Amino acid sequence: MKILIVEDDASASAYLDKAFRESGHVVDVSSDGLDGYAMAAEGEYDVIVVDRMIPRMDGLSLIHGLREQKVDTPILILSALGQVDDRVKGLRAGADDYLPKPYSFSELLARVEILARRGRSLPSEETIYRVGDLELNRLTRRVMRLETDIDLQPREFRLLEYLMRHTGQVVTRTMLLENVWDYHFDPQTNVIDVHVSRLRAKIDKGFDNPLIHTIRGAGYTIRDSAR
Amino acid sequence: MVLGIRFVIALGRLFRTTAFKLALVFLAIFTIFAGLILGYVSFNAMRLLDEQVSVTVSEEIDGLVTHFNSGGVLRLVRQIERRSHQPGSSLFLVTTAAGETLAGNISSIDSEGLLEAGTYELYYRVVEDGAPHPHRALVETTILPGGFRLLVGRDLAETERLQNVILRAAGWSILLVLALAVIGGVFVARRVLGRVDQMTETTRIIMAGDLSGRLTVTGTNDELDRLAQSLNAMLERIGELMAGLREVSDNIAHDLKTPLTRLRNSAEEALRIGDSPEDYREALEHTLEEADGLIKVFNALLMIARAEAGGALDGIKIEDAAEIASDVVELFEPFAEEAGILLQFEGSGPLPISASRELIGQALANLIDNAIKYSSETSLETTGGTVSVIAQLIHGRVELSIGDHGPGIPNADRDRVLERFVRLETSRTRPGSGLGLSLAAAVARLHAGTLRLEDNQPGLRAILTLPLAEA
Repeated sequence: MKILIVEDDASASAYLDKAFRESGHVVDVSSDGLDGYAMAAEGEYDVIVVDRMIPRMDGLSLIHGLREQKVDTPILILSALGQVDDRVKGLRAGADDYLPKPYSFSELLARVEILARRGRSLPSEETIYRVGDLELNRLTRRVMRLETDIDLQPREFRLLEYLMRHTGQVVTRTMLLENVWDYHFDPQTNVIDVHVSRLRAKIDKGFDNPLIHTIRGAGYTIRDSAR
Repeated sequence: MVLGIRFVIALGRLFRTTAFKLALVFLAIFTIFAGLILGYVSFNAMRLLDEQVSVTVSEEIDGLVTHFNSGGVLRLVRQIERRSHQPGSSLFLVTTAAGETLAGNISSIDSEGLLEAGTYELYYRVVEDGAPHPHRALVETTILPGGFRLLVGRDLAETERLQNVILRAAGWSILLVLALAVIGGVFVARRVLGRVDQMTETTRIIMAGDLSGRLTVTGTNDELDRLAQSLNAMLERIGELMAGLREVSDNIAHDLKTPLTRLRNSAEEALRIGDSPEDYREALEHTLEEADGLIKVFNALLMIARAEAGGALDGIKIEDAAEIASDVVELFEPFAEEAGILLQFEGSGPLPISASRELIGQALANLIDNAIKYSSETSLETTGGTVSVIAQLIHGRVELSIGDHGPGIPNADRDRVLERFVRLETSRTRPGSGLGLSLAAAVARLHAGTLRLEDNQPGLRAILTLPLAEA
């Protein structure tokens, strides 16, 4: 996919450029707000990654300007101001996601890939999600694997729903905490891992091909590895 | 020349002082009042003098008319001749109806009009030392039976002199008042200016870095004294805060430098002895871990700083405290179970609070995380295995309490652990930034609430009290 990075710190943007290319993406880099705005307004990107504080036009104004121009490319905002209200401001300006600095690249990559896919399709409108022989019905709230009902707690259901909505994509622990629990803080402990391992015990136990996979240093993904 | 310029500068400074401006205002008000009073007094005195003259003239006329009535015109003429030769006498004139002078000390009159009945103020000439001098007089004319005119007047020179004296006295008084007010104003202004200058000087010294300096309090308890006392109290407070800040920065230095050192050591060691990719990989992973730990400490510190700076938070909504608590409990429940701890939640909502769900959630997560970690350390033979979270309404306030049966915190240390970075020595070795409790306390403060620690007999109970929101 095509990613625009608007970041004034040369070493940070060089790092992102290299890392995204290595992950198989096409990257354009802009080092100030005005240029970034001009490039973004062309609308040919799948995702725009914007630093909050950049010269000539700050990140929030850039996002606001793009949204006024009806440019609806997904935007992720990077900010050194990791405060609660800063996040609210960023999202209010029209950003789709927010990542406080310092971030890990795996976290950024996972978020960017999910944003880019959201720009293309709307799988959230589907009623039934399927991964391999696992089936989740969002209306009846039933989960079945190989014709066997699996009994899930409401939160486990939402966890699985989120994983399946992003089948084949990496979701990080913080993304799970944000989207399943709606909290954005760092829980300090591996609470999410325990939830996932519980879910995994219900979904994968007794089956030969596990569906939920741990991606080391990044998070989790659900995919049918048998195929 | 230089002295002159200095004087002008000093004068300029004086004129700019509030005290001097006030003195000027008072001076103006004073002068106006003094002028009004003195004017009133002199006006009345002069009227009184004038009245006295006209009364004298009327009485004289009455006496003469009596003489005329009893002895006719001859007796009147005799009386007048006698009276008009006395020193300091009034002016007299008796004429016939035709205007012929019968008697009197007035040699001629210019206007026939004076011989009509009435009261006149006029100028007349007195021959003194051979030359005529103008004088002012008050004259009354009466027409007697038979057409005789009787004219009696009184010289006003005396009265005028008196009036002059009064006016001059009034003028001098006003000048004196003015002079006194100016001197007083300058004196007060200079005194105040002197003390203010002294205060300014002291504050400059303090600003230059000597925080131990204090303003002089004269003990008169006037407004400048009170100002000095307030400023001193403020300096005292600033001093305390600075000391606190120094302590905190020492602690920050310690708690940030320790993991930084570990990070550096592991990187250095990998460079020194690592010779396989696996060694490097392991060292790098360790480095990342330490870096993440540092970021956590940093975030917590920023959050506490944000909370302590106060101010309104964005994203404040009416939230159900019971719901947040049960959410967080639900989040930690599998984790607790894995640690062999029973995590219980008790409470029924809604308990509306005006809060940031995010911050309250984080505070609760910290407290529950602490409770689980400390509980799991006590041997399971005791009642170590339960952490109970209770959400309830007590005395009109929302209380969220997290109780464990871990080792607890000695009474003496309970207040101290809420401070930033304070971790009891026994816990230095345990994981955690040591900021969990202080962060929860900061969140409580930010929501106009409190965090207190109690004995859970055994164990620790942390109680987060928050104001109930107006629904």
